[in-house]
Amino acid sequence: MKKVSALAVALLGVVTLGACGGGDDGGAMLEELGEGEGAVNLVAWAGYVEDGSTDPNVDWVSDFEAETGCEVNVKIGNSSDEMVELMQSGEYDAVSASGDATLRLIAGGDVVPVNTDLIPNYADVFEGLKNKPWNSVDGKAYGVPHGRGANLLVYNTEAGAAPSSIVDMFSPDSPYAGKISVYDSPIYIADAAIYLMATQPELGITNPYALDQTQFDAAIAALETQKSIVGQYWALYTDQQAALENGSVTLGTTWQVIVNLAKANGAKIDSTLHDEGATGWSDTWMVSSKAKHPNCAYKWLNHIISPKANAGVAEWFGEAPSNAKSCALTADPNHCATFHADDEEYFSKVYYWTTPTKDCLDGRDVECVPYSEWVNAWNKLRA
Amino acid sequence: MQLSPLARLMLRLVTYAVLGVVYLPLALIFVLSFNSAKSIAWPPVGFSTRWWEGFLDVESAREALFSSARLAFVAMIIAIVLGSMLAFALQRYEFYGKNVISFLAVLPIALPGIVTGVALRNTFVRFGWDLGFLSVVAGHATFCIVVAHNNVIARLRRIAPNLREASADLGATPFQTFRLVTWPLIRSAVLAGGILAFALSFDEVVVTTFTAGAGVQTLPQWILNNFSRPNVLPYVTVMATLVMLVSLPIAWLAQRLGDSNPG
Amino acid sequence: MGERLEQTPRVTDSGRNIAGRGKPRPAFALWGLLSAPLAWLLVVYVGSLALLVVSAFFSLDDFTGKPTTDLTTGNISEAFTQGEYVSLVGRSIGVAVAATLLCFALAMPTAFYIARLASRRTRRALIVALILPLWTGYLVKAFALRAVLAPGSDYGDGGFMSGLVGWSPGFGYVAVTLTLAYLWFPYMLLPIYAGLERLPNSMLDASADLGAGSLRTFRLVMLPLLLPSIAAGSIFTFSLSLGDYITVKIVGGTAQMIGNIIERALLAPNQPLAAAFTLWPMLIMVAYLAVMGRAGAFKNL
Repeated sequence: MKKVSALAVALLGVVTLGACGGGDDGGAMLEELGEGEGAVNLVAWAGYVEDGSTDPNVDWVSDFEAETGCEVNVKIGNSSDEMVELMQSGEYDAVSASGDATLRLIAGGDVVPVNTDLIPNYADVFEGLKNKPWNSVDGKAYGVPHGRGANLLVYNTEAGAAPSSIVDMFSPDSPYAGKISVYDSPIYIADAAIYLMATQPELGITNPYALDQTQFDAAIAALETQKSIVGQYWALYTDQQAALENGSVTLGTTWQVIVNLAKANGAKIDSTLHDEGATGWSDTWMVSSKAKHPNCAYKWLNHIISPKANAGVAEWFGEAPSNAKSCALTADPNHCATFHADDEEYFSKVYYWTTPTKDCLDGRDVECVPYSEWVNAWNKLRA
Repeated sequence: MQLSPLARLMLRLVTYAVLGVVYLPLALIFVLSFNSAKSIAWPPVGFSTRWWEGFLDVESAREALFSSARLAFVAMIIAIVLGSMLAFALQRYEFYGKNVISFLAVLPIALPGIVTGVALRNTFVRFGWDLGFLSVVAGHATFCIVVAHNNVIARLRRIAPNLREASADLGATPFQTFRLVTWPLIRSAVLAGGILAFALSFDEVVVTTFTAGAGVQTLPQWILNNFSRPNVLPYVTVMATLVMLVSLPIAWLAQRLGDSNPG
Repeated sequence: MGERLEQTPRVTDSGRNIAGRGKPRPAFALWGLLSAPLAWLLVVYVGSLALLVVSAFFSLDDFTGKPTTDLTTGNISEAFTQGEYVSLVGRSIGVAVAATLLCFALAMPTAFYIARLASRRTRRALIVALILPLWTGYLVKAFALRAVLAPGSDYGDGGFMSGLVGWSPGFGYVAVTLTLAYLWFPYMLLPIYAGLERLPNSMLDASADLGAGSLRTFRLVMLPLLLPSIAAGSIFTFSLSLGDYITVKIVGGTAQMIGNIIERALLAPNQPLAAAFTLWPMLIMVAYLAVMGRAGAFKNL
């Protein structure tokens, strides 16, 4: 027995050493741009880094590689949580992080501030996207804005009158009961909070990401009730696309890109922004604190927000570009209008994904439920 | 065993029904590779050869195929060497702890891939080893050892021990006995085990997912990634059909080698 | 075996004592053979598993999602006492058992037909035909089953099955069980087939001569002799089903199994909680292996 405990202590020691290795003492902000290192490893949402291997016409990587000599390796992150996990491994140089990942990466010391002076294209980014709470801390930018979009309400046009309210997603007597498709992520709890903002104003929710324990419990209760009318929890967007196409789902939370793809395949669907306001995302390219190829990472950041590449990715993925000059370069001249690229009025109805913290994001002087609890609650809900 | 004609007929029907059920989904995949739609849902909407034509231009698919083959080959070699050594040790010697070692060899394949994958990833990351080709090889070799081991030990059990004794009596050194007597007898089993290990590694998803870093994309990962990207899904059906065709003779060979009697 | 405690390996060489016959230093040879595979399995594998178990006791920094070295039993108690998770584990075991039984129910008659009734030529053709799908890729097969099982609706077509018979189980636990059984069927078929091939005819004839009907012969003679092979096959079908999470994602609809919750915890990222969840399959499989080992499974893997 003694031997066993000695072994355990030895193991513990090893692990402890390892665990301490990844503190906040990572690399600092780059001061000046040097030669490229020949490669760059990216973590990105599907469709954000296309090199023509998917479709020869969809390629904003090859010219970057030729120009800079940085070979691009990409790992698709299927969720914000997965992206955080991947960045913690220290294997990657840059990441396209959504707002529910950015603050965690910053707090974890996994990313470093970005020197925007070294990124000439930063000047052309919409002002409405710069220095936002999800991409900067104390006025220090931690990345460059990539694009944004809202989580829409998608519905089958033959299944009844067009819905316009989030209530249809949650109410047990929803006409869509059993055929409702819900985004399978802890951050979806915020959608329940928006539903409660409309239906239970007495809870006093003002920001769906700043929930105290009472409000949070109410949101979880709403989700538990919703469970009985849910037909699908989708994590991969092709899953929802397939369900929309065969009609097994008639109402759901969706992304514009899914709507476009399913429609192109003949699905009889349409989408809208529900009246109560919706959640949405604003993505930011960030640089790892352990980047092995920082120069190539900076060159990538500058490239991906350049008008041409930014227009390409915005159109392929189906989102609003971040570079104002991109709008002139999209294949569909109406792309920026369709996606409300410069429509701040539209985006004022969007609550961007943000990581919930103990300090309430709405400034209230109570303790809010932190993201780790959101995750636990969601996993338990789904178990 | 006396079986009534009816019982025989029933058994025959069940067997061919099973065969039919096994091949039906694979046939669907083949049919869907000629579907003009951009998804791989049944039913097909129209005939098109565009996925077959465009397939050659899909560079990422070729790279993934190549990377999987390379990976499976290295994992196979490690598995053959370690698995055979283990088989010899366990078959020829009686020693304390033998059962524990058998158990240990089986464990990587008996524990779910996600446990193996998470455990290895955790270790690699903590010790700062880069996740990449080598970490995936290490993961694959671990669960392939048992496959090579099983094939070799099964053959060793069937070899009459007096062959080796005779060889020794005739003055052969242990090495000569191995080279001239044992090796020719086990060669086909080693190869069959190797082929199985290769197949196992080639198709592995979970351990790969957790041990691969940037820059390693195996064929199963390519397939998974294609399911999270729009517009290119049917290439998966083309790839699947091709892999099926290529593996037909290999599977047949593996079966023959495993079967063949050691003289 | 555990009663003997000698440190030096004892050479018996297939039960025959041939000491002193041109076999110098057997202990040396044994350790030579054992060292490399054992080092690999112990250092790479068992070492990693041990680290994983240890990390289940780490606590998590609330915000950064990184493990800290403050020790806690919170993860373990979360994973083992929360009703949601316990029922999830129960469901996973249920699916794995159902898939295993289904594999057995189909593999037994099939293997019997191939091994004992089919002609020599058909035998080889059938066995290769049934093993070949092992080579077609797990993901491809899972997605093929999805195309078969997809539910239809008022607004669109379902998959192959609902097109053919107008009904399908849709996505859920039934679809997961069917798909897992489909995927792992060859792993059950092969050992049973090999066991049946080894079964001496004389024994079955003797049973018949003594007046046993075919069902009685099956139950009282064949089944006991085949038990090790069945146990060996079931290790594969049970463990591969128990830990699966990708099939669940592909055809599971809203269903979840242990593997999914491990993945969720890992990607949360909550590595310590994920480690705590992995203790479930570890314990279940060790218990399962212990039982199957008694049935002689390891001799037939």
